Amino acid sequence: MNIHEYQAKEILAEYGVKIAEGGLAYSVVEAVQRAREIEGDVWVVKAQIHSGARGKAGGIKVCRTHAEVEQAAESLLGKKLVTHQTGPAGKICSRLYIEAGTNIAKEMYLSFMIDRTSERVIIIGSAEGGMEIEKLAVTNPEAIIKIYVEPAVGLQDFQARKMAFALGIDAAQLNQAVKTIKGCYRALRDLDANILEINPLVITANHDIVALDAKMVFDENALFRRHRIAELRDNTQVDQREVAAGEAGLSYVGLDGDIGCMINGAGLAMATMDMIKLAGGEPANFLDVGGGASAERTEKAFRLVLADSGVKAMLVNIFAGINRCDWIAEGVVQAVKNIDMKVPLVVRLSGTNVEEGRRIIADSGLPIITADTLAEAAEKVVRARNEVVAKA
Amino acid sequence: MAILINEKTRIIVQGFTGRIGTFHAQEMIDYGSNVVGGVTPGKGGQTHLGLPVFNTVKEAVEQAGAEASIVFVPPAFAADSIMEAADAGIKYCVSITDGIPTQDMMTVKNFLRRFPKEDRMLLTGPNCAGTISPGRAMLGIMPGHIYIRGNVGVVGRSGTLGYEAADQMRALGIGITTSVGIGGDPIPGSSHRDILERLEQDPETKIALMIGEIGGPQEVEAGQFAKENMSKPLVAYIAGLTAPEGRRMGHAGAIISSAGESAAEKVAMLKELGVTICPTPSLMGQTIAEVLAKL
Repeated sequence: MNIHEYQAKEILAEYGVKIAEGGLAYSVVEAVQRAREIEGDVWVVKAQIHSGARGKAGGIKVCRTHAEVEQAAESLLGKKLVTHQTGPAGKICSRLYIEAGTNIAKEMYLSFMIDRTSERVIIIGSAEGGMEIEKLAVTNPEAIIKIYVEPAVGLQDFQARKMAFALGIDAAQLNQAVKTIKGCYRALRDLDANILEINPLVITANHDIVALDAKMVFDENALFRRHRIAELRDNTQVDQREVAAGEAGLSYVGLDGDIGCMINGAGLAMATMDMIKLAGGEPANFLDVGGGASAERTEKAFRLVLADSGVKAMLVNIFAGINRCDWIAEGVVQAVKNIDMKVPLVVRLSGTNVEEGRRIIADSGLPIITADTLAEAAEKVVRARNEVVAKA
Repeated sequence: MAILINEKTRIIVQGFTGRIGTFHAQEMIDYGSNVVGGVTPGKGGQTHLGLPVFNTVKEAVEQAGAEASIVFVPPAFAADSIMEAADAGIKYCVSITDGIPTQDMMTVKNFLRRFPKEDRMLLTGPNCAGTISPGRAMLGIMPGHIYIRGNVGVVGRSGTLGYEAADQMRALGIGITTSVGIGGDPIPGSSHRDILERLEQDPETKIALMIGEIGGPQEVEAGQFAKENMSKPLVAYIAGLTAPEGRRMGHAGAIISSAGESAAEKVAMLKELGVTICPTPSLMGQTIAEVLAKL
């Protein structure tokens, strides 16, 4: 789960990481008020959306007067920002973070994450901040320093010092650097974050070490024990179809194609989408209906897939293990009857109670196209989609 | 031979008396697995499905000779149950539970590494369908009837895609020695490579099928292992050609977050390592048949 920059900064501040003075605003008036409360003569108005690369997309504006803050706030609030991370749909900006301008002497990169290869927390740093670490990894891999943390003993001071020196930090700021690095590590571990990234971490003209940006991504599976973090969820930043899916306990990812999918199991879902593509189509979504799919759950999944008005044909592919084909078939028949379904439907059932499931579909009298194999299902749904497009 | 489990393996169920544990314990018993009891703390001394319930895994090991366990405990408590099994001397543990926090799995793996290798419990999962040695034993939640006994060893991250593979093979009369689900989580108990090592050692297994997906480094590591250490052919399918970058596709671990983690990149690297790639998920059985025919 992603959170906003200002939320990540509030958390980090509690863990001893220094941040610039700032305040949150939901309106233009509030934005100017926040600027008035902050001393100095430079303010940065920062769009709070769940994406990096906001600067290049015009989401971060440096202002020298309160009038400029007002203009910046007007230009950002309620607007959709498109960055190279948001996709073409962009993300709505309904919150601004107004921060005191920082006089930067040096920019650095610092991040913490759970590394899947070593199965440990890895700390990645670079004295060359401000740019994307992925690009730096290609152009200048020697400039990236990695430190692995032994989970049983945690991050040690000497490791934090090693990172601080590698970042090019002077002896005078060493203690603050160690405090910052250890604070970040503790925040990641205490709060079940998977990723914590500060890009850039800066040394100011006053020799302070400040987190100028902050990104935290939390483990969805751990939110049951991190109530405070769970409350930070901002559903305006997520595809609304995914929000609805989450509420129904379904796993859904919206995509750009026009063939709707309902499948059980994440791997089979990905494989089915691959088959659709190989057959010449494009999937509109990933949807794992999960084990023990009741008729009610199946209908919810149908409604979710068909809520996307771009869907021109739909494919159901179930390989029943814990599920039973007869339950799924009943759910499909009920869903088709209850929803005024306007697009062709292809159903492929396999596994537990398959004969019973196929009989229920056949006996329903509904115009459902059936398939026995994965390949046949993909070909039939692409053909059905093409016929719909040809007629239109 | 088969690997990990056979008809003699003495199995216990952790989370035995719960709804899910009860259902799948019965399915395993019906399949012919040698289930010798279960563990539910606080219910020790009771009888469930005609079998003894123990308070601790240690008691199950001492009194019922348990060697393998299957964990159906809810996510918040699953890591603890896995570590209890390892501490009690269980040799092989399957964790079915989906939704275990990643940092809990980091703790579990760290805990397991403290045991000397010869005493270390093997863990597969979490978030998997389990392991089956067809015709011998089932330690999982799969539909047992779609698997037939033969000489293909299977390892995969996805449950239902594993069923799809077994079904395609069965349609061609091809059977399986053991099929192992390693699960869809970012930190799995065992990797593809760990299972391939065992399949390579198994005299009955003639060929291995690896069913991988986007995210993480482990398919390519397995391909590297196969090139350097395996005498048996390796066939692979990687799911997720259409998966966009940065989006989690159902499985907690199915996310492309760095270079080399997309399906296309994995396929290219595996081909370079000499692994036979199934061009589509509907051709897993066919590809295996072709490679088998050349043996």
